Amino acid sequence: MRTKLLRWSLFLGAAAMLALLGVSSAQVTQQQQEGEMGVESHIGKLTGRASAAKTNYRRYCVGCHGEKGDGNGENAPWIDPKPRDFTLATFKCRSTPTGTLPTDEDLFNTIGRGLDNSNMPQWLPLSKQNRADMVAYVKHFSPRWKTEKPGTPIQVPHEPEVSADRIKAGLQLFQKMECWKCHGPEGHGDGPSAPTLTDSKDRPIPPYDFTEGHRFKCGQTDEDLYKIFMTGLDGTPMPSFADNLNPEQAWDLVFYLRTLQPMHTKEKDIAKQLGLKPIEPNAPATPPADK
Amino acid sequence: MTTRYKFVGMASALLLLAFGLLYSTRSVSAAAEGKITGTIKLQGTPAHQRPIDMSKEPNCQKAHADHPVTTETVVTGPNNALQYVVVYISEGLPAAAASQVPSETPTWDQKGCQYIPHVMALDVNQHFKVTNSDPHSHNIHPIPKPGSANHEWNKSQPAGAAPFDVTWPAEEVAIHVKCNIHPWMSGYMAVVKGPTATSDNDGSYTLSNVPPGNYTLTAWQETYGTQTQKVTVSAGQPAKADFTFKAK
Repeated sequence: MRTKLLRWSLFLGAAAMLALLGVSSAQVTQQQQEGEMGVESHIGKLTGRASAAKTNYRRYCVGCHGEKGDGNGENAPWIDPKPRDFTLATFKCRSTPTGTLPTDEDLFNTIGRGLDNSNMPQWLPLSKQNRADMVAYVKHFSPRWKTEKPGTPIQVPHEPEVSADRIKAGLQLFQKMECWKCHGPEGHGDGPSAPTLTDSKDRPIPPYDFTEGHRFKCGQTDEDLYKIFMTGLDGTPMPSFADNLNPEQAWDLVFYLRTLQPMHTKEKDIAKQLGLKPIEPNAPATPPADK
Repeated sequence: MTTRYKFVGMASALLLLAFGLLYSTRSVSAAAEGKITGTIKLQGTPAHQRPIDMSKEPNCQKAHADHPVTTETVVTGPNNALQYVVVYISEGLPAAAASQVPSETPTWDQKGCQYIPHVMALDVNQHFKVTNSDPHSHNIHPIPKPGSANHEWNKSQPAGAAPFDVTWPAEEVAIHVKCNIHPWMSGYMAVVKGPTATSDNDGSYTLSNVPPGNYTLTAWQETYGTQTQKVTVSAGQPAKADFTFKAK
């Protein structure tokens, strides 16, 4: 009788322990999920909440970016360039220096603008609030947002007046910075290094063809172009030139790049008047000051 | 009953003695510092190294005109010595020794379209310089592994540009570094805590400033992976630890 009682009490005790453990672990996972779903974004006066974007993500984004946000959605195999892997938190279009997280506004702008030359469309049909919520949802995929703050956005000074001298200086920078090694001497995206370029996941990636594109990967304004080469497109071969160009030079380069594009630009008119010739790739790369 | 008291007394005396000994050796170990030296060899035929065609970068082709350059995934020296192996203490280092950051600032140079050195061993948060000795641009593009606390960045460094001052915040063996303009350029930065070194062309390495103690030593080579062994360092006597990697 006594042994039976002892056995029973042991059994009950073990069962209680197990039950307790089960409850606590269930609580932990729930808390974790809620913690991640509690990620917020702040865009101007808007506050985005990850929890509010769950349905929209499953409806509009999951097909490419995948349930885990790793860019392995069911459409991913047929898409090039591949959908972004949010778990790495490495983003092309940023206002922040290379190697740092983008701002909430950067992500918000990307969602609204879409990414040219890719399958990522503009998501303007989603309301601003929906997009702000989606920014928070994108952030919940990577732990980096918990431990790091976004980089300090680079300062883009007021755009100066375009001039013949600035365009000529821009051409020299195009040569000296060796933009042509990938983008080609005339901006066709056919430079000597173009065929071997790979992204950070070792997938082939073409350089931008200036002569065919009206819009750039991260926008279409002069300021967007300025930011592209001053921050670099992280995850791709496109580096940051922030350490090598001062703001004046950066604007010179923006003006020169505008002369390569297919549409009518005022920079193109000036280049025509000047009789500006494309760079000579085999000329020694000497600083403009020495000429 | 008295025997029991005697036993308890003896036991506590022994315990006291043991703790005393432990503490005394500890204070000794903090004072003296030792070294670990060794040689790293390769058994078998090294993996084939492909010649590199640098014709797309005439400056670099000219620089290597006398001595054609090959890939560097396995670099051997005389007597089967294996070069560019990173050796570091993976276990057993006291927290104080692990958190010391060397004040030397090594240089990672881009010269003749190669990284010099090909493999660099660094401490967490140790400053180092990235320089460009070539008469043309490079883009320096370290790509840490996914999930690492180190993060990818990508900067252009034209001819004559000022050196970059760089640190890595977390341990990682090893971070791959690429130049997208010159796709053959490949190097590694091994970031660890505590004493570390890479083997020379004769396969030798030296870890300095190692406090006496028992350690697990790890050697990493980019093609052949890692090997570990236990080593004991006593005060005033350098320990020796040789490694032999087997060619696959």
